[in-house]
Amino acid sequence: MKILVCISHVPDTTSKINFTDGDTKFDTNGVQFVINPNDEFGLTRAMWFKEKQGANVTVVNVGGAETEPTLRKALAIGADAAIRVNTPATDGFSVAKQLAKIVEDGGYDLVIAGRESIDYNGGMVPGMLAGLTNANFVNNCIGLEVDGTSATATREIDGGKETVSTSLPLVIGGQKGLVEESDLKIPNMRGIMMARKKPLTITEPVDANAGTDSVSFEKPAPKGAVKLVSPDNLDELVDLLHNEAKVI
Amino acid sequence: MSVIVYTESEQNKFKKAAFEVASYAKAVADQLGTTVTAVAINADDTSELGNYGVDKVLKVSNSDLENFNAKAYANVLNQAASSEGAQVVVLSSSADSKYLAPLLAVGLNAGYASNVVEAPSSTSPFTIKRSAFTNKAFEVAEIKSDVKIIGVSNNSFGLVENSGNASAEDFSPSIPELGVTVSSVDKATDKVTIADAEIVVSAGRGLKGPENWGMVEELADVLGAATACSKPVSDLGWRPHSEHVGQTGKPVASNLYIAIGISGAIQHLAGINASKVKVVVNTDPEAPFFKAADYGVVGDAFEVVPQLIEKLKTFKAQQ
Repeated sequence: MKILVCISHVPDTTSKINFTDGDTKFDTNGVQFVINPNDEFGLTRAMWFKEKQGANVTVVNVGGAETEPTLRKALAIGADAAIRVNTPATDGFSVAKQLAKIVEDGGYDLVIAGRESIDYNGGMVPGMLAGLTNANFVNNCIGLEVDGTSATATREIDGGKETVSTSLPLVIGGQKGLVEESDLKIPNMRGIMMARKKPLTITEPVDANAGTDSVSFEKPAPKGAVKLVSPDNLDELVDLLHNEAKVI
Repeated sequence: MSVIVYTESEQNKFKKAAFEVASYAKAVADQLGTTVTAVAINADDTSELGNYGVDKVLKVSNSDLENFNAKAYANVLNQAASSEGAQVVVLSSSADSKYLAPLLAVGLNAGYASNVVEAPSSTSPFTIKRSAFTNKAFEVAEIKSDVKIIGVSNNSFGLVENSGNASAEDFSPSIPELGVTVSSVDKATDKVTIADAEIVVSAGRGLKGPENWGMVEELADVLGAATACSKPVSDLGWRPHSEHVGQTGKPVASNLYIAIGISGAIQHLAGINASKVKVVVNTDPEAPFFKAADYGVVGDAFEVVPQLIEKLKTFKAQQ
Protein backbone atom coordinates (compact mmCIF):
# COMPACT_ATOMS: atom_id res chain seq x y z
CA MET A 1 0.00 0.00 0.00
CA LYS A 2 1.29 3.43 -0.96
CA ILE A 3 0.32 6.14 1.51
CA LEU A 4 0.63 9.88 1.02
CA VAL A 5 0.43 12.01 4.17
CA CYS A 6 -0.24 15.71 3.57
CA ILE A 7 1.67 17.89 6.01
CA SER A 8 0.80 21.49 6.82
CA HIS A 9 3.53 23.65 8.28
CA VAL A 10 1.77 25.69 10.99
CA PRO A 11 2.58 27.89 13.98
CA ASP A 12 2.94 25.99 17.24
CA THR A 13 -0.32 25.87 19.22
CA THR A 14 1.08 28.23 21.87
CA SER A 15 2.06 30.93 19.33
CA LYS A 16 0.96 34.50 19.75
CA ILE A 17 -0.74 35.54 16.53
CA ASN A 18 0.31 38.88 15.02
CA PHE A 19 0.24 40.43 11.56
CA THR A 20 2.55 42.70 9.58
CA ASP A 21 2.49 44.74 6.36
CA GLY A 22 -0.65 46.64 7.27
CA ASP A 23 -2.28 43.50 8.72
CA THR A 24 -2.06 41.64 5.43
CA LYS A 25 0.56 39.00 6.39
CA PHE A 26 1.03 36.61 9.28
CA ASP A 27 4.02 37.70 11.36
CA THR A 28 6.39 34.72 11.51
CA ASN A 29 8.85 36.59 13.71
CA GLY A 30 9.68 34.46 16.76
CA VAL A 31 7.12 31.82 15.80
CA GLN A 32 8.02 28.16 16.02
CA PHE A 33 6.54 26.04 13.22
CA VAL A 34 5.39 22.46 13.69
CA ILE A 35 3.60 19.67 11.84
CA ASN A 36 -0.12 20.52 11.94
CA PRO A 37 -1.47 18.46 14.90
CA ASN A 38 -4.30 16.92 12.85
CA ASP A 39 -1.70 15.81 10.26
CA GLU A 40 0.59 14.40 12.94
CA PHE A 41 -2.15 12.04 14.16
CA GLY A 42 -2.48 10.88 10.54
CA LEU A 43 1.27 10.50 10.09
CA THR A 44 1.45 8.38 13.23
CA ARG A 45 -1.36 6.15 11.96
CA ALA A 46 0.55 5.84 8.66
CA MET A 47 3.60 4.65 10.64
CA TRP A 48 1.39 1.94 12.13
CA PHE A 49 0.42 0.81 8.60
CA LYS A 50 4.12 0.82 7.69
CA GLU A 51 5.09 -1.35 10.67
CA LYS A 52 2.16 -3.76 10.58
CA GLN A 53 1.27 -3.93 6.89
CA GLY A 54 4.48 -2.93 5.12
CA ALA A 55 3.06 0.29 3.71
CA ASN A 56 5.30 2.80 1.99
CA VAL A 57 4.81 6.31 3.35
CA THR A 58 5.53 9.57 1.53
CA VAL A 59 4.89 12.98 3.06
CA VAL A 60 4.09 16.07 1.01
CA ASN A 61 3.85 19.77 1.64
CA VAL A 62 2.91 22.65 -0.63
CA GLY A 63 5.08 25.59 0.34
CA GLY A 64 8.38 27.41 0.20
CA ALA A 65 11.81 26.18 1.33
CA GLU A 66 11.06 27.35 4.88
CA THR A 67 8.77 24.33 5.34
CA GLU A 68 11.56 21.78 4.79
CA PRO A 69 12.49 21.39 8.50
CA THR A 70 8.87 20.32 9.09
CA LEU A 71 9.16 17.71 6.30
CA ARG A 72 12.52 16.53 7.73
CA LYS A 73 10.81 16.05 11.07
CA ALA A 74 8.19 13.85 9.38
CA LEU A 75 11.03 11.84 7.82
CA ALA A 76 12.69 11.54 11.24
CA ILE A 77 9.40 10.20 12.65
CA GLY A 78 9.65 7.46 10.00
CA ALA A 79 8.25 8.49 6.61
CA ASP A 80 10.20 7.00 3.70
CA ALA A 81 10.31 9.99 1.37
CA ALA A 82 9.19 13.61 1.18
CA ILE A 83 7.96 15.87 -1.60
CA ARG A 84 7.74 19.64 -1.51
CA VAL A 85 5.68 21.39 -4.16
CA ASN A 86 7.55 24.63 -4.61
CA THR A 87 4.81 27.28 -4.39
CA PRO A 88 3.26 29.25 -1.56
CA ALA A 89 0.08 27.69 -0.11
CA THR A 90 -2.36 30.43 -1.07
CA ASP A 91 -5.79 28.87 -0.54
CA GLY A 92 -7.28 25.42 0.00
CA PHE A 93 -8.42 24.98 -3.58
CA SER A 94 -5.03 25.73 -5.15
CA VAL A 95 -3.24 23.51 -2.61
CA ALA A 96 -5.68 20.65 -3.35
CA LYS A 97 -4.99 21.05 -7.08
CA GLN A 98 -1.21 20.76 -6.49
CA LEU A 99 -1.73 17.71 -4.30
CA ALA A 100 -4.06 16.09 -6.87
CA LYS A 101 -1.18 16.16 -9.38
CA ILE A 102 1.13 14.47 -6.83
CA VAL A 103 -1.52 11.81 -6.10
CA GLU A 104 -2.09 11.10 -9.80
CA ASP A 105 1.61 10.89 -10.61
CA GLY A 106 2.45 8.76 -7.57
CA GLY A 107 -0.53 6.38 -7.72
CA TYR A 108 -1.21 6.50 -3.98
CA ASP A 109 -3.84 4.14 -2.55
CA LEU A 110 -4.47 6.07 0.63
CA VAL A 111 -4.10 9.80 1.27
CA ILE A 112 -4.17 11.00 4.86
CA ALA A 113 -4.60 14.71 5.56
CA GLY A 114 -5.65 16.53 8.71
CA ARG A 115 -9.31 17.56 8.86
CA GLU A 116 -8.08 21.18 8.99
CA SER A 117 -4.91 23.15 9.61
CA ILE A 118 -4.78 25.02 12.88
CA ASP A 119 -3.76 28.27 11.18
CA TYR A 120 -6.32 29.03 8.45
CA ASN A 121 -8.85 26.41 9.65
CA GLY A 122 -10.21 26.09 6.12
CA GLY A 123 -11.04 22.39 6.35
CA MET A 124 -11.01 22.14 2.57
CA VAL A 125 -7.97 20.30 1.33
CA PRO A 126 -8.87 16.65 2.07
CA GLY A 127 -12.38 16.91 0.60
CA MET A 128 -11.28 18.89 -2.45
CA LEU A 129 -8.44 16.45 -3.05
CA ALA A 130 -10.90 13.54 -2.91
CA GLY A 131 -13.21 15.36 -5.32
CA LEU A 132 -10.40 16.19 -7.73
CA THR A 133 -8.95 12.66 -7.76
CA ASN A 134 -12.32 10.89 -7.66
CA ALA A 135 -11.39 8.99 -4.52
CA ASN A 136 -13.64 7.98 -1.65
CA PHE A 137 -13.56 10.40 1.27
CA VAL A 138 -14.08 10.11 5.01
CA ASN A 139 -13.81 13.29 7.07
CA ASN A 140 -13.31 13.74 10.83
CA CYS A 141 -11.80 10.26 10.81
CA ILE A 142 -11.01 8.83 14.26
CA GLY A 143 -10.29 5.23 13.32
CA LEU A 144 -9.04 3.49 10.19
CA GLU A 145 -8.35 -0.13 9.22
CA VAL A 146 -7.37 -1.28 5.75
CA ASP A 147 -7.66 -4.86 4.50
CA GLY A 148 -6.61 -5.33 0.86
CA THR A 149 -8.58 -2.71 -1.04
CA SER A 150 -11.39 -2.37 1.51
CA ALA A 151 -11.32 0.01 4.41
CA THR A 152 -13.33 0.49 7.58
CA ALA A 153 -13.32 3.93 9.11
CA THR A 154 -14.88 5.59 12.13
CA ARG A 155 -16.06 9.14 11.73
CA GLU A 156 -16.90 11.61 14.46
CA ILE A 157 -20.36 13.09 13.94
CA ASP A 158 -22.14 15.78 15.95
CA GLY A 159 -23.08 13.98 19.15
CA GLY A 160 -21.43 10.63 18.48
CA LYS A 161 -19.65 8.55 15.90
CA GLU A 162 -20.41 6.28 12.99
CA THR A 163 -18.61 3.40 11.33
CA VAL A 164 -18.42 3.33 7.54
CA SER A 165 -17.11 0.87 5.02
CA THR A 166 -15.43 2.02 1.87
CA SER A 167 -12.62 1.12 -0.49
CA LEU A 168 -9.31 2.39 -1.82
CA PRO A 169 -8.37 4.78 -3.30
CA LEU A 170 -9.37 6.73 -0.25
CA VAL A 171 -8.72 10.18 1.19
CA ILE A 172 -9.27 10.78 4.87
CA GLY A 173 -9.48 13.98 6.90
CA GLY A 174 -7.90 12.82 10.14
CA GLN A 175 -7.86 14.09 13.70
CA LYS A 176 -7.12 12.99 17.26
CA GLY A 177 -8.50 9.51 17.81
CA LEU A 178 -6.84 8.12 14.68
CA VAL A 179 -4.10 7.51 17.22
CA GLU A 180 -3.93 8.70 20.81
CA GLU A 181 -1.86 11.64 21.99
CA SER A 182 0.41 9.15 23.81
CA ASP A 183 1.13 7.31 20.53
CA LEU A 184 2.74 10.38 18.94
CA LYS A 185 6.42 9.79 18.24
CA ILE A 186 9.23 12.15 19.18
CA PRO A 187 12.04 11.63 16.66
CA ASN A 188 15.12 9.97 18.19
CA MET A 189 18.74 10.61 17.19
CA ARG A 190 18.80 7.63 14.84
CA GLY A 191 15.64 8.82 13.13
CA ILE A 192 17.07 12.32 12.75
CA MET A 193 20.32 10.96 11.26
CA MET A 194 18.43 8.69 8.87
CA ALA A 195 16.12 11.52 7.82
CA ARG A 196 19.10 13.40 6.41
CA LYS A 197 19.68 10.61 3.90
CA LYS A 198 16.06 10.15 2.86
CA PRO A 199 14.93 11.74 -0.42
CA LEU A 200 13.23 15.15 -0.27
CA THR A 201 12.12 15.88 -3.82
CA ILE A 202 11.23 19.38 -4.88
CA THR A 203 8.68 19.59 -7.68
CA GLU A 204 7.46 22.65 -9.52
CA PRO A 205 3.77 23.59 -9.28
CA VAL A 206 1.09 23.10 -11.92
CA ASP A 207 -1.21 25.97 -12.93
CA ALA A 208 -3.92 26.21 -10.30
CA ASN A 209 -6.35 29.06 -9.74
CA ALA A 210 -7.19 29.96 -6.18
CA GLY A 211 -10.87 30.17 -5.22
CA THR A 212 -10.29 32.78 -2.52
CA ASP A 213 -7.79 35.54 -1.84
CA SER A 214 -6.76 36.70 1.59
CA VAL A 215 -7.26 40.47 1.88
CA SER A 216 -6.37 41.32 5.49
CA PHE A 217 -6.43 40.12 9.08
CA GLU A 218 -7.94 41.49 12.26
CA LYS A 219 -7.46 40.58 15.87
CA PRO A 220 -10.49 40.29 18.13
CA ALA A 221 -11.27 43.43 20.15
CA PRO A 222 -9.50 43.37 23.52
CA LYS A 223 -11.65 42.01 26.29
CA GLY A 224 -12.87 43.99 29.23
CA ALA A 225 -11.87 42.87 32.72
CA VAL A 226 -13.57 39.88 34.26
CA LYS A 227 -16.38 40.61 36.72
CA LEU A 228 -15.72 38.62 39.85
CA VAL A 229 -18.59 37.23 41.87
CA SER A 230 -18.10 35.99 45.43
CA PRO A 231 -18.67 32.25 45.88
CA ASP A 232 -20.99 33.21 48.76
CA ASN A 233 -23.19 35.29 46.50
CA LEU A 234 -24.05 33.11 43.53
CA ASP A 235 -27.48 34.73 43.24
CA GLU A 236 -25.57 37.67 41.79
CA LEU A 237 -24.06 35.42 39.10
CA VAL A 238 -27.49 34.08 38.13
CA ASP A 239 -28.79 37.65 38.04
CA LEU A 240 -25.89 38.87 35.86
CA LEU A 241 -26.30 35.99 33.41
CA HIS A 242 -30.01 36.66 33.17
CA ASN A 243 -30.26 40.45 33.20
CA GLU A 244 -26.88 41.67 31.97
CA ALA A 245 -25.56 38.97 29.66
CA LYS A 246 -29.07 37.73 28.76
CA VAL A 247 -27.89 34.19 28.13
CA ILE A 248 -30.15 32.30 30.57
CA MET B 1 -29.94 33.71 -10.22
CA SER B 2 -30.66 32.91 -6.62
CA VAL B 3 -29.02 32.05 -3.35
CA ILE B 4 -29.18 28.37 -2.46
CA VAL B 5 -29.19 27.33 1.19
CA TYR B 6 -28.81 23.81 2.50
CA THR B 7 -31.22 23.50 5.42
CA GLU B 8 -30.17 20.47 7.45
CA SER B 9 -32.64 18.27 9.17
CA GLU B 10 -32.42 15.41 11.58
CA GLN B 11 -35.14 12.79 11.92
CA ASN B 12 -37.17 14.81 9.39
CA LYS B 13 -37.08 18.02 11.45
CA PHE B 14 -34.94 21.08 10.76
CA LYS B 15 -31.99 21.75 13.02
CA LYS B 16 -31.68 25.21 14.57
CA ALA B 17 -28.66 25.85 12.35
CA ALA B 18 -30.95 25.49 9.33
CA PHE B 19 -32.85 28.63 10.36
CA GLU B 20 -29.61 30.51 11.00
CA VAL B 21 -28.19 29.70 7.55
CA ALA B 22 -31.57 30.57 6.00
CA SER B 23 -31.42 33.97 7.76
CA TYR B 24 -27.89 34.45 6.42
CA ALA B 25 -28.91 33.44 2.90
CA LYS B 26 -31.74 35.98 3.03
CA ALA B 27 -29.26 38.74 3.93
CA VAL B 28 -27.02 37.77 0.98
CA ALA B 29 -30.02 37.56 -1.38
CA ASP B 30 -31.12 41.06 -0.33
CA GLN B 31 -27.63 42.38 -1.09
CA LEU B 32 -27.72 40.73 -4.51
CA GLY B 33 -31.35 41.60 -5.22
CA THR B 34 -32.41 37.99 -5.64
CA THR B 35 -34.35 35.22 -3.88
CA VAL B 36 -33.54 32.34 -1.54
CA THR B 37 -34.06 28.72 -2.50
CA ALA B 38 -33.62 26.11 0.23
CA VAL B 39 -32.72 22.49 -0.37
CA ALA B 40 -34.36 20.21 2.21
CA ILE B 41 -33.55 16.53 2.21
CA ASN B 42 -36.12 14.23 3.79
CA ALA B 43 -37.70 16.99 5.91
CA ASP B 44 -41.43 16.73 6.67
CA ASP B 45 -42.73 20.24 7.09
CA THR B 46 -40.84 22.93 5.20
CA SER B 47 -43.26 25.83 5.75
CA GLU B 48 -41.30 27.13 8.74
CA LEU B 49 -38.44 28.14 6.44
CA GLY B 50 -40.60 31.00 5.14
CA ASN B 51 -40.28 32.66 8.56
CA TYR B 52 -36.56 33.05 7.94
CA GLY B 53 -36.72 34.49 4.45
CA VAL B 54 -36.79 31.40 2.23
CA ASP B 55 -38.87 31.95 -0.94
CA LYS B 56 -38.80 28.48 -2.41
CA VAL B 57 -37.98 25.01 -1.10
CA LEU B 58 -36.69 22.18 -3.23
CA LYS B 59 -37.96 19.13 -1.35
CA VAL B 60 -35.95 15.98 -1.85
CA SER B 61 -37.50 12.76 -0.55
CA ASN B 62 -35.37 9.73 -1.16
CA SER B 63 -34.78 6.72 1.08
CA ASP B 64 -31.26 6.33 -0.35
CA LEU B 65 -30.44 9.60 1.40
CA GLU B 66 -31.63 8.47 4.81
CA ASN B 67 -28.08 8.28 6.15
CA PHE B 68 -25.92 11.29 5.49
CA ASN B 69 -23.49 10.67 2.63
CA ALA B 70 -21.22 13.58 1.74
CA LYS B 71 -20.79 12.64 -1.90
CA ALA B 72 -24.50 12.08 -2.53
CA TYR B 73 -25.58 15.19 -0.61
CA ALA B 74 -22.96 17.33 -2.39
CA ASN B 75 -24.23 15.93 -5.67
CA VAL B 76 -27.84 16.81 -4.82
CA LEU B 77 -26.82 20.38 -3.92
CA ASN B 78 -24.79 20.63 -7.10
CA GLN B 79 -27.83 19.67 -9.19
CA ALA B 80 -30.03 22.13 -7.27
CA ALA B 81 -27.49 24.95 -7.68
CA SER B 82 -27.22 24.25 -11.40
CA SER B 83 -30.96 24.09 -12.00
CA GLU B 84 -31.48 27.35 -10.07
CA GLY B 85 -28.49 29.08 -11.63
CA ALA B 86 -27.23 29.83 -8.13
CA GLN B 87 -24.49 32.38 -7.57
CA VAL B 88 -24.07 31.64 -3.88
CA VAL B 89 -24.54 28.47 -1.83
CA VAL B 90 -24.86 28.86 1.96
CA LEU B 91 -24.13 26.03 4.40
CA SER B 92 -23.73 25.66 8.18
CA SER B 93 -20.63 24.65 10.12
CA SER B 94 -21.99 21.28 11.22
CA ALA B 95 -19.74 18.25 10.82
CA ASP B 96 -21.89 17.12 7.88
CA SER B 97 -21.87 20.48 6.08
CA LYS B 98 -18.11 20.83 6.51
CA TYR B 99 -17.77 17.31 5.13
CA LEU B 100 -19.75 17.94 1.95
CA ALA B 101 -18.72 21.57 1.22
CA PRO B 102 -15.26 20.83 -0.32
CA LEU B 103 -16.80 18.14 -2.57
CA LEU B 104 -19.46 20.61 -3.69
CA ALA B 105 -16.76 23.24 -4.30
CA VAL B 106 -14.98 20.89 -6.69
CA GLY B 107 -18.27 20.03 -8.41
CA LEU B 108 -19.24 23.68 -8.91
CA ASN B 109 -15.66 24.90 -9.37
CA ALA B 110 -16.52 27.32 -6.59
CA GLY B 111 -14.39 29.16 -4.08
CA TYR B 112 -15.36 28.16 -0.55
CA ALA B 113 -15.00 30.19 2.64
CA SER B 114 -15.64 28.33 5.90
CA ASN B 115 -16.28 29.69 9.43
CA VAL B 116 -17.78 32.93 8.08
CA VAL B 117 -18.96 35.18 10.91
CA GLU B 118 -20.78 38.08 9.21
CA ALA B 119 -22.84 38.91 6.14
CA PRO B 120 -20.58 39.86 3.17
CA SER B 121 -19.17 43.37 3.56
CA SER B 122 -19.37 43.75 -0.22
CA THR B 123 -20.67 41.58 -3.04
CA SER B 124 -18.39 43.11 -5.69
CA PRO B 125 -15.69 42.10 -4.95
CA PHE B 126 -17.37 39.38 -2.87
CA THR B 127 -15.76 39.94 0.52
CA ILE B 128 -16.38 37.98 3.70
CA LYS B 129 -14.97 37.83 7.22
CA ARG B 130 -14.11 34.45 8.70
CA SER B 131 -12.48 33.27 11.89
CA ALA B 132 -8.97 31.87 11.53
CA PHE B 133 -6.03 30.86 13.70
CA THR B 134 -8.52 28.96 15.85
CA ASN B 135 -10.39 32.13 16.82
CA LYS B 136 -7.22 34.06 17.65
CA ALA B 137 -7.87 36.27 14.58
CA PHE B 138 -10.25 37.04 11.74
CA GLU B 139 -9.39 36.86 8.09
CA VAL B 140 -11.03 39.11 5.50
CA ALA B 141 -11.08 37.23 2.21
CA GLU B 142 -12.40 37.69 -1.28
CA ILE B 143 -14.16 34.81 -3.01
CA LYS B 144 -13.15 35.10 -6.64
CA SER B 145 -15.03 32.36 -8.46
CA ASP B 146 -18.36 32.77 -10.32
CA VAL B 147 -20.19 30.52 -7.86
CA LYS B 148 -19.39 31.07 -4.19
CA ILE B 149 -19.83 28.75 -1.21
CA ILE B 150 -20.15 30.16 2.28
CA GLY B 151 -20.00 28.08 5.46
CA VAL B 152 -21.54 30.14 8.27
CA SER B 153 -20.01 29.75 11.73
CA ASN B 154 -22.64 28.47 14.19
CA ASN B 155 -24.34 31.08 16.41
CA SER B 156 -22.50 33.92 14.66
CA PHE B 157 -25.29 35.43 12.57
CA GLY B 158 -28.27 34.43 14.68
CA LEU B 159 -31.88 33.98 13.62
CA VAL B 160 -33.56 36.78 11.72
CA GLU B 161 -37.30 36.43 11.33
CA ASN B 162 -38.96 37.41 8.09
CA SER B 163 -42.63 37.04 7.42
CA GLY B 164 -42.89 35.19 4.18
CA ASN B 165 -44.15 32.09 2.51
CA ALA B 166 -41.89 29.37 1.28
CA SER B 167 -43.40 27.54 -1.67
CA ALA B 168 -42.43 23.89 -1.84
CA GLU B 169 -41.51 22.04 -4.99
CA ASP B 170 -40.52 18.40 -5.34
CA PHE B 171 -37.00 17.92 -6.59
CA SER B 172 -35.79 14.53 -7.76
CA PRO B 173 -32.05 14.57 -8.35
CA SER B 174 -30.09 11.57 -9.56
CA ILE B 175 -28.04 9.86 -6.84
CA PRO B 176 -24.44 8.83 -7.59
CA GLU B 177 -22.80 5.62 -6.42
CA LEU B 178 -22.12 6.26 -2.74
CA GLY B 179 -18.60 4.86 -2.30
CA VAL B 180 -18.87 5.16 1.48
CA THR B 181 -21.65 3.31 3.31
CA VAL B 182 -22.65 3.60 6.95
CA SER B 183 -22.56 0.32 8.83
CA SER B 184 -23.37 1.57 12.33
CA VAL B 185 -24.15 4.79 14.18
CA ASP B 186 -23.40 5.34 17.84
CA LYS B 187 -25.13 8.50 18.98
CA ALA B 188 -26.83 9.60 22.16
CA THR B 189 -30.13 10.99 20.92
CA ASP B 190 -31.25 12.44 24.27
CA LYS B 191 -28.20 14.68 24.74
CA VAL B 192 -27.58 18.19 23.44
CA THR B 193 -24.55 18.16 21.15
CA ILE B 194 -21.71 20.64 21.53
CA ALA B 195 -22.27 21.81 17.95
CA ASP B 196 -25.95 22.62 18.50
CA ALA B 197 -25.81 23.78 22.11
CA GLU B 198 -26.53 27.35 23.14
CA ILE B 199 -24.91 26.67 26.50
CA VAL B 200 -21.88 24.45 27.13
CA VAL B 201 -20.73 23.35 30.59
CA SER B 202 -17.12 22.24 30.53
CA ALA B 203 -14.82 20.90 33.22
CA GLY B 204 -11.12 20.23 33.61
CA ARG B 205 -8.56 18.51 35.76
CA GLY B 206 -9.67 20.62 38.73
CA LEU B 207 -12.44 18.08 39.19
CA LYS B 208 -9.84 15.52 40.29
CA GLY B 209 -11.45 12.43 38.77
CA PRO B 210 -14.16 11.10 36.46
CA GLU B 211 -16.30 10.11 39.44
CA ASN B 212 -16.94 13.80 40.13
CA TRP B 213 -18.67 14.55 36.83
CA GLY B 214 -22.16 14.03 38.25
CA MET B 215 -22.45 17.67 39.27
CA VAL B 216 -21.24 18.85 35.85
CA GLU B 217 -23.92 16.79 34.16
CA GLU B 218 -26.52 18.04 36.60
CA LEU B 219 -25.56 21.66 35.96
CA ALA B 220 -25.79 21.00 32.22
CA ASP B 221 -29.20 19.38 32.70
CA VAL B 222 -30.56 22.36 34.59
CA LEU B 223 -29.38 24.71 31.83
CA GLY B 224 -30.27 22.45 28.89
CA ALA B 225 -26.57 22.54 28.05
CA ALA B 226 -24.06 20.21 26.43
CA THR B 227 -21.14 18.87 28.47
CA ALA B 228 -17.54 19.27 27.36
CA CYS B 229 -14.06 18.87 28.80
CA SER B 230 -10.47 20.07 28.53
CA LYS B 231 -7.75 18.19 26.66
CA PRO B 232 -5.98 16.68 29.72
CA VAL B 233 -9.30 15.23 30.87
CA SER B 234 -9.88 13.48 27.55
CA ASP B 235 -6.22 12.38 27.34
CA LEU B 236 -6.55 10.86 30.82
CA GLY B 237 -9.63 8.99 29.61
CA TRP B 238 -11.91 10.58 32.24
CA ARG B 239 -14.27 11.70 29.48
CA PRO B 240 -14.71 10.62 25.83
CA HIS B 241 -12.73 12.38 23.07
CA SER B 242 -15.98 13.64 21.61
CA GLU B 243 -16.26 16.03 24.58
CA HIS B 244 -12.77 17.50 24.14
CA VAL B 245 -13.01 21.15 23.17
CA GLY B 246 -10.10 23.37 22.20
CA GLN B 247 -7.65 23.82 19.40
CA THR B 248 -7.23 20.12 18.57
CA GLY B 249 -10.69 19.20 19.79
CA LYS B 250 -14.09 20.56 18.89
CA PRO B 251 -14.60 24.28 18.45
CA VAL B 252 -17.28 25.87 20.63
CA ALA B 253 -19.35 28.86 19.57
CA SER B 254 -22.10 28.83 22.18
CA ASN B 255 -23.90 31.78 23.74
CA LEU B 256 -22.66 30.80 27.20
CA TYR B 257 -19.60 28.73 28.09
CA ILE B 258 -19.07 27.74 31.72
CA ALA B 259 -15.58 26.45 32.56
CA ILE B 260 -15.14 24.59 35.83
CA GLY B 261 -11.66 23.76 37.09
CA ILE B 262 -10.06 24.63 33.74
CA SER B 263 -6.97 26.80 34.02
CA GLY B 264 -7.28 28.19 30.48
CA ALA B 265 -4.28 27.08 28.43
CA ILE B 266 -3.93 29.13 25.25
CA GLN B 267 -4.98 26.12 23.14
CA HIS B 268 -8.16 25.69 25.17
CA LEU B 269 -9.06 29.36 25.06
CA ALA B 270 -8.54 29.46 21.30
CA GLY B 271 -11.08 26.69 20.80
CA ILE B 272 -13.81 28.26 22.93
CA ASN B 273 -13.17 31.93 22.24
CA ALA B 274 -16.01 32.25 19.75
CA SER B 275 -18.47 31.74 22.62
CA LYS B 276 -20.22 34.97 23.46
CA VAL B 277 -20.21 34.89 27.26
CA LYS B 278 -17.67 32.97 29.32
CA VAL B 279 -17.87 32.10 33.00
CA VAL B 280 -14.99 30.55 34.93
CA VAL B 281 -14.97 28.81 38.30
CA ASN B 282 -11.48 28.13 39.61
CA THR B 283 -9.69 28.07 42.97
CA ASP B 284 -6.65 29.83 41.52
CA PRO B 285 -7.25 33.57 40.94
CA GLU B 286 -4.11 33.61 38.75
CA ALA B 287 -5.54 31.03 36.31
CA PRO B 288 -5.26 32.47 32.78
CA PHE B 289 -8.95 31.77 32.17
CA PHE B 290 -9.87 34.78 34.33
CA LYS B 291 -8.30 37.03 31.67
CA ALA B 292 -10.52 35.54 28.96
CA ALA B 293 -13.75 35.31 30.96
CA ASP B 294 -16.62 37.75 31.37
CA TYR B 295 -17.62 36.50 34.81
CA GLY B 296 -15.50 34.64 37.32
CA VAL B 297 -15.88 32.92 40.65
CA VAL B 298 -12.72 32.29 42.66
CA GLY B 299 -13.71 29.27 44.64
CA ASP B 300 -13.76 25.54 45.03
CA ALA B 301 -15.82 23.85 42.32
CA PHE B 302 -17.02 21.24 44.82
CA GLU B 303 -18.68 24.01 46.84
CA VAL B 304 -19.62 26.44 44.08
CA VAL B 305 -21.18 24.07 41.53
CA PRO B 306 -23.74 22.36 43.83
CA GLN B 307 -24.81 25.79 45.12
CA LEU B 308 -25.05 27.17 41.62
CA ILE B 309 -27.24 24.21 40.61
CA GLU B 310 -29.63 25.02 43.48
CA LYS B 311 -29.71 28.73 42.62
CA LEU B 312 -30.40 27.95 38.97
CA LYS B 313 -33.15 25.49 39.85
CA THR B 314 -34.84 28.20 41.92
CA PHE B 315 -34.36 30.69 39.07
CA LYS B 316 -35.78 28.29 36.49
CA ALA B 317 -38.77 27.54 38.71
CA GLN B 318 -39.58 31.26 38.86
CA GLN B 319 -39.39 31.75 35.11
